[in-house]
Amino acid sequence: MIKLLALRELRSLFTTPSTWFILAALQFVFAWFFLARLEAFLQIQPQLAQLANAPGVTAAIAAPVFNTIALLLMMLVPMFTMRLIAEERRNQTLPLLLSAPLSSAHIVLGKFFGLLAFLAILTCGIPLMLYTLALGTALDHGLMLSNLLGLLLLTACYVALGLYISALTSQPVIAAIGALALLVGLWLADISATAEDSPWHALSPLNHFASFNTGLLDSGDIAFFVLFSTAFLLLAMRRIHNNRIYG
Amino acid sequence: MALPTLSDTSTETTLSARSLVRSFGSRRIVQDVSLQLKRGEVLGLLGHNGAGKSTTMQMLTGCLLPDSGSIEICGIDLLRRPLPAKSHIGYLPETPPLYRELGVNDFLAFAARLRGMKSSAVAEAVSETTRRCGLESVSKKIIGTLSKGYQQRVGIAQAIIHKPDVIVLDEPTVGLDPSQIRDIRNLIRELGDHSSVILSTHLLAEVESVCDRVQIMQHGKLIYDGTTAALASYGGEPNQIEANFIRITEEQP
Repeated sequence: MIKLLALRELRSLFTTPSTWFILAALQFVFAWFFLARLEAFLQIQPQLAQLANAPGVTAAIAAPVFNTIALLLMMLVPMFTMRLIAEERRNQTLPLLLSAPLSSAHIVLGKFFGLLAFLAILTCGIPLMLYTLALGTALDHGLMLSNLLGLLLLTACYVALGLYISALTSQPVIAAIGALALLVGLWLADISATAEDSPWHALSPLNHFASFNTGLLDSGDIAFFVLFSTAFLLLAMRRIHNNRIYG
Repeated sequence: MALPTLSDTSTETTLSARSLVRSFGSRRIVQDVSLQLKRGEVLGLLGHNGAGKSTTMQMLTGCLLPDSGSIEICGIDLLRRPLPAKSHIGYLPETPPLYRELGVNDFLAFAARLRGMKSSAVAEAVSETTRRCGLESVSKKIIGTLSKGYQQRVGIAQAIIHKPDVIVLDEPTVGLDPSQIRDIRNLIRELGDHSSVILSTHLLAEVESVCDRVQIMQHGKLIYDGTTAALASYGGEPNQIEANFIRITEEQP
């Protein structure tokens, strides 16, 4: 059932022409970042060659690109999550799901995995692009993998939060602004907190991505991502259930 | 119509709701509504706007939880075991729940799978349902591009595609032209041979032509329950369904 709902979500996305436009436009933006990084690297490469322990091409190009993508996704994901439930409410299609033999968990997880799959398709161009570097040099596969895993977990966090906000309202625009405000708010609180042990650092998803970005697999960070996503998914399920109570 | 004939279950109760109560805030929308429906019966739910018909239907289909009362679908408690109970329900809400960006066939296949149909049976169910609802000519089109009448028919099609035992239709013929209304009425009659159907409507002629039994709601309460024939001759004279409906609703405070 979850798979069925996820596939429906994907199908609805891919039958709208605007989705294809978004895919193309974002691919262009990602490529721009990549090429800008590559050019900067080529300029400083002679100096790097003189250093004893110079950062490799993966650390110098791939890691910053992933970092930028992580920041960009923070702004982008709310645009995709906004319609998940708010639009079903506005178009009054929710009764179809509520009267079908589905639990709230099915509905929420179906939408969650559907959008996550879409975002995976959206971002799969990035590793492909980075791996073109393998034509000329050796890449650090471990660093690439930890970045990809981190990006996936980070995206799951964003989607879970956006999904919950979308479940609160029947106006997609409000859902988008709400999710964006929360995500950007967490990020700003994180970077503006100067104290080393400030709790804002612990709350910000982007801060937990930093260790993945440097190639470090920290079980604490993985646990944070899993807990953060689970918490918001549970809240969203609760909200869908309340739909049956409050109408 | 070649439908798989069910075993002789003509007296089986498919839906029974007891003393449903529902409030929104301090406003009591539905109070003490009880319904019983047997297989092969078509029940018309009548009442003025705001009488609580749609709210009652939402509760019967599990979209809304009642404050108190119980609902059984084919003997399964809808409130305690919602998932198995709901697979016996087909529901067309006031606004047909359609994903406008999908094609008609794709959407119907999704609706069938959603109600737990096996994927091997879906293709046949889709082709049979599109035929019954007169959707063959538009089966490849995108739902958003269809006219209101066709969208309404897709809405009916999604409610009946899995051959549910209980079919709940909230104003099924709204927005249709006269010949489509006739087709849909015939279809509802036909559905009533194998399943139980509840429909709400404002058209009394519709009640007369399709319903076996009528219940009238006013201010959230059931104020009349009887066969269509009994309602038509309520005041003693035959064929007075409209006058009798008005009389019954005005007799009540």
